[in-house]
Amino acid sequence: MPGQTLFDKIWARHVIADLGDDYALLHISRHLMHDGGGRGLQMIRDAGYSVRNPDLTFATFDHVISTEPGRTHETLKPHAARLYHMRDEAKRWGIKLFDLGEPGQGIVHVMGPEQGISLPGTLLVCGDSHTCTHGGVGAIAFGVGATEVIHVLATQSLVQRKPKRMRATFEGTRNPGVTPKDMILFLIGQIGTAGGTGFAVEYAGSAVRALEIEGRLTMCNLSIELGAKIGMVAPDEKTFAFLKGRPYAPTSALWDQAVADWRSLPSDSDAVFDVEVKVDMSRIVPQVTWGTSPEHVIAVTDTIPDPADAGDPDKQKSMQAALDYMGLVAGARLDQTRIDWAFIGSCTNGRLSDLRAAAEVAKGRKVASHVRAWVVPGSENVKRQAEAEGLDRIFLDAGFEWREPGCSMCLAVNGDTIAPGQRSVSTSNRNFVGRQGPGGRTHLASPAMTAAAAIAGRIADVRSI
Amino acid sequence: MDAFTVLDARAAPLMRQNVNTDIIIPIHRLRDVPQAELGAYAFEPWRYLPDGSENPEFFLHQPAYRGAQIVVAGDNFACGSSREGAVWAMMGMGVRCVIAPSFGPIFFNNCFQNGVLPIQLPRAEVEAIANELEAATRPGSNHEPRLSVDLQKREVVTPSGRRITFHVDGIRRDALLQGLNEVALTLTREAEIAAHQAKARASTPWLYPAA
Repeated sequence: MPGQTLFDKIWARHVIADLGDDYALLHISRHLMHDGGGRGLQMIRDAGYSVRNPDLTFATFDHVISTEPGRTHETLKPHAARLYHMRDEAKRWGIKLFDLGEPGQGIVHVMGPEQGISLPGTLLVCGDSHTCTHGGVGAIAFGVGATEVIHVLATQSLVQRKPKRMRATFEGTRNPGVTPKDMILFLIGQIGTAGGTGFAVEYAGSAVRALEIEGRLTMCNLSIELGAKIGMVAPDEKTFAFLKGRPYAPTSALWDQAVADWRSLPSDSDAVFDVEVKVDMSRIVPQVTWGTSPEHVIAVTDTIPDPADAGDPDKQKSMQAALDYMGLVAGARLDQTRIDWAFIGSCTNGRLSDLRAAAEVAKGRKVASHVRAWVVPGSENVKRQAEAEGLDRIFLDAGFEWREPGCSMCLAVNGDTIAPGQRSVSTSNRNFVGRQGPGGRTHLASPAMTAAAAIAGRIADVRSI
Repeated sequence: MDAFTVLDARAAPLMRQNVNTDIIIPIHRLRDVPQAELGAYAFEPWRYLPDGSENPEFFLHQPAYRGAQIVVAGDNFACGSSREGAVWAMMGMGVRCVIAPSFGPIFFNNCFQNGVLPIQLPRAEVEAIANELEAATRPGSNHEPRLSVDLQKREVVTPSGRRITFHVDGIRRDALLQGLNEVALTLTREAEIAAHQAKARASTPWLYPAA
């Protein structure tokens, strides 16, 4: 019998019942909720169910909250009613809610690992597609729909089909200016936004092992942009060091027991994956997207591709539509494109290491006069730590705005939007049509590249700053 | 959930790749509009002109495709956000079945939760169906742009009468055919869930600090 993958081992632990056809009823060991899906708690009451395991569900506010500095009851309008309703419901059911201003509040995919709620070997779900982020600590984590959320709340289980297994192995060392964001964008560019559809993807290889946990979370975060619901990295000593002492991580004897177990989780050396992808790190330089899908990505120094060179007519059509929407022409250099906005934050790149990387570029420099630049920390703790290190001063001195934690302009559901036709460089995860506001144009890039663009006033190569 | 058995209905091709759920239902509509009214905003960024009037180019505004209950789509249909509102919005326009070479994985599951059938077929087959639908709209055609989908037989019948067999996982098919509520079904397995959780609490106690 061949060895097992990391994914197989965690999946097997959570099978309550084999339902045939590769389907299983799975136990859910962690469930996270956010204010965008807070209606689930009302829906479960309306349906006459109850919350089976409030002890395994954790909630926070992130999607619809204002990120205005010094936010108040007033700035939380017009969505305050939703927040207060969720607060009441969470209390009634006995679900831990990380409230505004409280350590732990933040983007749900920043909060989970930060609090030690997301642990190796868990099966974690949340009503948000970027739940794949938590795979960075060695968990199976995936996003679910609203009805599946009800299923989890009522039964602490979920019916799922077992995906196939893919391994993406990154070998080599990072070139200057290359971050985890560039690594995953490069992979998406290589295999496309449907390249991972139907798979759980394990990121492996020397370049992934070399990453700190926050970088692994960033890579896993973009798995869904690869078409994969699940992305994961095997837990190792770095994972254990990252988690130790976190508020919800195990302690004393249980910690030792947990670590001993977690050491058994990595894929066996003879484990077989359905698909193997190899990435040579020497080929990766800083990436930026030019279009309206994360697969529309190129090296910052490249010219914008010509749809005529894509063989497939459907692909040509979608590339041309993207160019038209973005107001760009094939063959032009991307790094001369003038921008209006720079956004640093999100569940992709809103962690302390991201803010440090951006601050390093911003230090002693000034945001271009025509650019509005925001830094939105991923969580209350990230904000406090950044302020303790003086990162907020660096950003403010450089002309960035320093805001309160939340999802903000990543999906613009809280009213943080760019105007139609405006162009943004953003550390977020989706450059979809209208993602940062109707008619807005988004270029995805790393935190350092985004800071560089804010300063240059145009898309810029961080290596030349 | 409404059962899905046989659907003989108008069908419309949307052969674009990577149509995402942000396009199918913009987030601010999902935030502000009740579920039952989302249909009016389905595909909003494509469906209306800047002045708010209907965009005649939008695929479901073309006379031959108006009111289609089946959408034939390109690769990676409904990728991106997990928002189930994408399914609700399409249902609000009357759509009950989507045929595509591949789907966003969360949308795919969300369809089954709402009595909508997502059918995955090889790309060449999807393109052939789309071509037949387009041909059926041309002047002089003897056919209508309709498809017949029979879930019991797992078969799509095209305008020209071609029969195409599709696969759908048995558990999903049974649930759709009978309109079963998955939560209610799972609640009948409470003893198994409790037994599993007791075992998990014993073998991985560090995951259950509150126990």
